[in-house]
Amino acid sequence: MNDQETSEQKTDAAAAAPTPSAENRPAAAASGRAKAPVRKQANRRKFIRSSFLIGGVLGLAMLGYLPVASARKQRLRPPGALEERDFLSSCIKCGQCVQVCPVAAIKLDDIDQGFGVGVPYIDAREQACDFSCDAVQCILACPTGSLTYTKPPSLEARAGMALAHAPVLKAKEDDPEPTLNLSERIGVARLAHPESCLAVQGKGFSGQARGAEFGGHLRYVAVDRWQPVPVRDHPYERDLCDLCVTECPIKDAIRMQESIAADGSKQYRPEVLEQCVGCGVCEMICPVEPAAIVVDQRQPWSA
Amino acid sequence: MSHFERIRVMFGAAPQKPTRVTPEAKQVHSLKRMTKADFEAIKQHARDHELVTHKWRNRRWAVLIFANLLFTFSFWLDIQILEGALTASRFVGFHLIDLNSALQVMLAHKHIIVNLFIGTATIFVLWALLGGRSFCSWVCPYHLLAEWFEWLHLKLVSKKLVSDHEFHRGTRTVFWVIFALLAVLSGYTVFETISPTGILSRALIYGPSLALGWVLLLLLFEVVYSRRAWCRYVCPIGLTYGIVGAVSPVRVEYRLDKCFHEGDCRKVCLVPHVLDVVIKGRAADMTTPIGPDCTRCGLCVDVCPSGALVFDVKGLSKLL
Repeated sequence: MNDQETSEQKTDAAAAAPTPSAENRPAAAASGRAKAPVRKQANRRKFIRSSFLIGGVLGLAMLGYLPVASARKQRLRPPGALEERDFLSSCIKCGQCVQVCPVAAIKLDDIDQGFGVGVPYIDAREQACDFSCDAVQCILACPTGSLTYTKPPSLEARAGMALAHAPVLKAKEDDPEPTLNLSERIGVARLAHPESCLAVQGKGFSGQARGAEFGGHLRYVAVDRWQPVPVRDHPYERDLCDLCVTECPIKDAIRMQESIAADGSKQYRPEVLEQCVGCGVCEMICPVEPAAIVVDQRQPWSA
Repeated sequence: MSHFERIRVMFGAAPQKPTRVTPEAKQVHSLKRMTKADFEAIKQHARDHELVTHKWRNRRWAVLIFANLLFTFSFWLDIQILEGALTASRFVGFHLIDLNSALQVMLAHKHIIVNLFIGTATIFVLWALLGGRSFCSWVCPYHLLAEWFEWLHLKLVSKKLVSDHEFHRGTRTVFWVIFALLAVLSGYTVFETISPTGILSRALIYGPSLALGWVLLLLLFEVVYSRRAWCRYVCPIGLTYGIVGAVSPVRVEYRLDKCFHEGDCRKVCLVPHVLDVVIKGRAADMTTPIGPDCTRCGLCVDVCPSGALVFDVKGLSKLL
């Protein structure tokens, strides 16, 4: 090691120092002349290598655009999220929203989502946002304004995304300030499979809404206003299944429509109203598989 | 080497020989040449009494692991001291935002809210004081992994199974500019997609991800093809912090009179071009601060058998 070092030092010094020690001066000059074309070639190779490195790394980085461009359906983002494009550009991928969510509804995307890596999303069927936090904590936690109470005027505002008025939270209805500081919806619920809806079939429901294995939580104000409990620990007993209507955390966002059929029998059908914010609780709680009611992620309200 | 010159070297220029050498330094240089036998004897003496120490490395690893675990446990145990990830976090409620991530977001989104500004300014001041690239070696989790895999690389090199392929150091500057341009033009934080720092930090806090495969690929590339390639030639985070730390008072200082020019420091260094000054005849003054590309990792301080490289805090050392 020391020998190597000494010789390296000699060449270093010879190449660099104006007055190298007397005995290695001729050797240095000789090696300098002999090395010149070799060094030139080495430099050229280094340059080509470096170009490949730049091309390779940038190419791989830009691959991240593919999942973004080819996404057939937008992700459900946390409440207060900017429009998808602005959301991806402004999100700093820190996960502070994940940390504050009391029901752990928010997850972070992986690298298969390309530029969306580390960006938060909600899988409503697994765990919907039930506004257990009352204050939309994820918006409070966001350091970059990706999740925001009020969007800057320069950013896109799609028709049908704005809520007519601040949503009233059923759990806070008796509070002096019962509303949720949210001006835009994150999606809108839709009865996607009326044929499988228990209410439409006139059926009731009893038992655990999503089975014994389901890990999702929901706030039941009657049980505990501040502590959401596992859905499996809260079995239901309904003559007519109306879980999507009763468990919806927002006032006047969904109701059970009643009509009389031609044969005189009563017909039922859950009807989504304009105050729907798209939180996805109805999708999570729907006891049939697959869910009869789903959230159209990041879609506007259309009457 | 002037300060301006050291910054040029950080951006990729080759270190130049000094044009002006102080009389004292000249004298030391010539003394080292004239008494060669004595010089060798002293050098051997220093070798014989060398204390092998990993003081700074151990301290650094402890700090790095502690900082990253503080993130993890703040979430897992809900102790809420350092919430978030390395890209952005809150220390007991106070916003901290990684400078390169902040830059990417600002360029891509083109809208800066107050919290983003506060967090960025805080981190800017913090790392400008603490040495800029000290972020790399004292905090970045990829640095630690790369350090361990570097050991494997060097083992394979010594067995002649692999060899180190160098790239041009200016490559990193090119990457920095391209990633900044890409953020502005595409509106996406393109670099964040492949940043092993962000990926590792999130994996440590929120659990393993597929993205770790990319990190593993990078480490593999470094082991078999090019030593510490990501940190040396690619990572724009390093350059961002390097620029911030260009005027930092915390740095390693080189002392010509104590140096035997054996070059051990350059062998362990992540960025050996900053140690160009230790080559025989290169030092222009009795003491030289090491340039802004230095990560203040302290490996050279640990390895130097004669104490020619020491940590120094500008101004503070004079006061003490």
